[in-house]
Amino acid sequence: MSEKEKRTLGIACVLIVLAALLPIVDQGYWLSIGVSIAMYTVLATSWALFSGPTNLISLASAAFFGVGMYVVAGGIDLMPYWILVLLAGLAGAILAALVGIATLRIAGVYFVIFTLGMAELVRQIVVWGQATLGTQAGLYVLTDFTEELIFWLLLGLAAIVFFIGWWVGRSRLGFALRIIGNDEMVAIHSGINTARAKVMLFVISSTFAAITGALVAPRWSYVEPTIAFSPFISFQVVIMALLGGVHRLWGPLVGVIPFTLLWEVINSNFPTQTTLLLGISFLLIVYFIPHGFVGLIEDMAARRKPGHG
Amino acid sequence: MEVIIIGILLGGTYALMAMGLQLQYGVARIMNLANGEVLIAGAFSTFWFFTGTQLSPFWALIVVVPAAFVVNWLIYKILLLPLVKRAKSQGQLEVESILATFGISFIFIGVLLAVFGGDYLSYSYLAEAYVIFGEKYGLNRITAFIAAAVLCIAFYIWLIRTRAGLTLRAVAVNPAAAGFVSINVTNASAFAFALGGSVTASGGMLLSMFLTFDASLGVIFTLKALIIVIMGGVSDIRGTIVAAFVLGMTETAVAVLIDPGLTLAASYILFLIILVVRPEGLFGRRTA
Repeated sequence: MSEKEKRTLGIACVLIVLAALLPIVDQGYWLSIGVSIAMYTVLATSWALFSGPTNLISLASAAFFGVGMYVVAGGIDLMPYWILVLLAGLAGAILAALVGIATLRIAGVYFVIFTLGMAELVRQIVVWGQATLGTQAGLYVLTDFTEELIFWLLLGLAAIVFFIGWWVGRSRLGFALRIIGNDEMVAIHSGINTARAKVMLFVISSTFAAITGALVAPRWSYVEPTIAFSPFISFQVVIMALLGGVHRLWGPLVGVIPFTLLWEVINSNFPTQTTLLLGISFLLIVYFIPHGFVGLIEDMAARRKPGHG
Repeated sequence: MEVIIIGILLGGTYALMAMGLQLQYGVARIMNLANGEVLIAGAFSTFWFFTGTQLSPFWALIVVVPAAFVVNWLIYKILLLPLVKRAKSQGQLEVESILATFGISFIFIGVLLAVFGGDYLSYSYLAEAYVIFGEKYGLNRITAFIAAAVLCIAFYIWLIRTRAGLTLRAVAVNPAAAGFVSINVTNASAFAFALGGSVTASGGMLLSMFLTFDASLGVIFTLKALIIVIMGGVSDIRGTIVAAFVLGMTETAVAVLIDPGLTLAASYILFLIILVVRPEGLFGRRTA
């Protein structure tokens, strides 16, 4: 570990501890925003882990998120919660592996198309399964979890995502993915099994989305197919990650915080226009800040340097 | 038998809707994720026209087709052309156009929600029974199928026989080479994108005759159109038509035999089979 890495690690630890102190400051409104920020940080960072280096846009975050949520909701009366969280991660991993094996071996467009309707597909299957089994569509997840506990759990998960992201970035897998993202042909000729590398990272990324769903389930306490698999979740994850910037590990975080706050404002002031405003803000990001805040900051830094040197 | 006939009737409209997407993807090289929303917008406008005027929904075509043309032309010129110009490679354009049209689709939904509200809508037109081979079918479905067939054939002949159609086919084969024979590729692409929007919207107009729809349904139709185009092979219009019927019949079979709630799953299974067995499509040529 180099000096610089040690320093980054130190800063990261301090930031996480500071974030963990949030419930002491406020128990109400800001804590609930904190939970949203932590949730989207995990979703957006794990999304960018895969979509950043490979340039393959996954629109299926909601599918994995919802699967995680439903594993918890369906099994809460049968098993201890902690086992369900693990099962949720496992379910997400298996689903991602199947999707990845089917679509990531061929051109990337097919993957994007596949993920486009995936949340809806899983939703249909869940609804059908519930109708066949004769259970109610809405399920209750009743636990004695406080909001602080959920916040800390999500924060812990975020820390794990950052650690895994950092580790992947240093590993052969991360190196392979960067080459694939730059030029797939080069990657193939250097003997990289491109399909395997992509599937592995997609599995890692989706597992986190499923676990996030499992952790958020007790907070929602009532789980229903239309909200658990809402396309807005996938959409917001993509927006936030792009707003921050997907080529740095901490990039999505820079997007999640302002966007969650902006979203709060939009939701409370224009509750009927949310879809429209979400679409417009997304287009603005795609057109004017294609590399996210991180890209802007780095551009500025790059411009300043030659001037002073 | 019932499954086959309903499937064929449904497939006709699907073929029309997928042709619109194929124009946009094949010629203008834009993977338009907002295609389904254009379809739904067509359906909504028809609903609004029909309930407002009590004229046959077909008259709505006079409004829907030009309106969809103008809207899609503007979308291409204002929103997508800058992306085409700044893209360094086909891959980058693909990523950026997917993101942009994904955003546009949400804007469409937002506008539709604001104008028409979030309810499920349907209207009753030609809701009478018509007997084929001893089974009853909705006359509206049959009318929609015939109309779709007429539009598809007219469109196909236009594409094969006219100079404008030839231009579009040339751009579809190779945009750079089309430029060499003094085709204005930018204008041809904008035209193809706009025309694709019109074709899709007229598909929406036909669907509205026999389907209940709401603002959030677009993504499902985008997906169906994409699956049809991929199944048929991106560059082949015959493939699209065959694939549309295959999808229509598969969906109907699943809806009738298993559960109407699983139609999307049926499309996905077809999609998976195609991806695993023949990713270049039924009529596509194998490349590299």
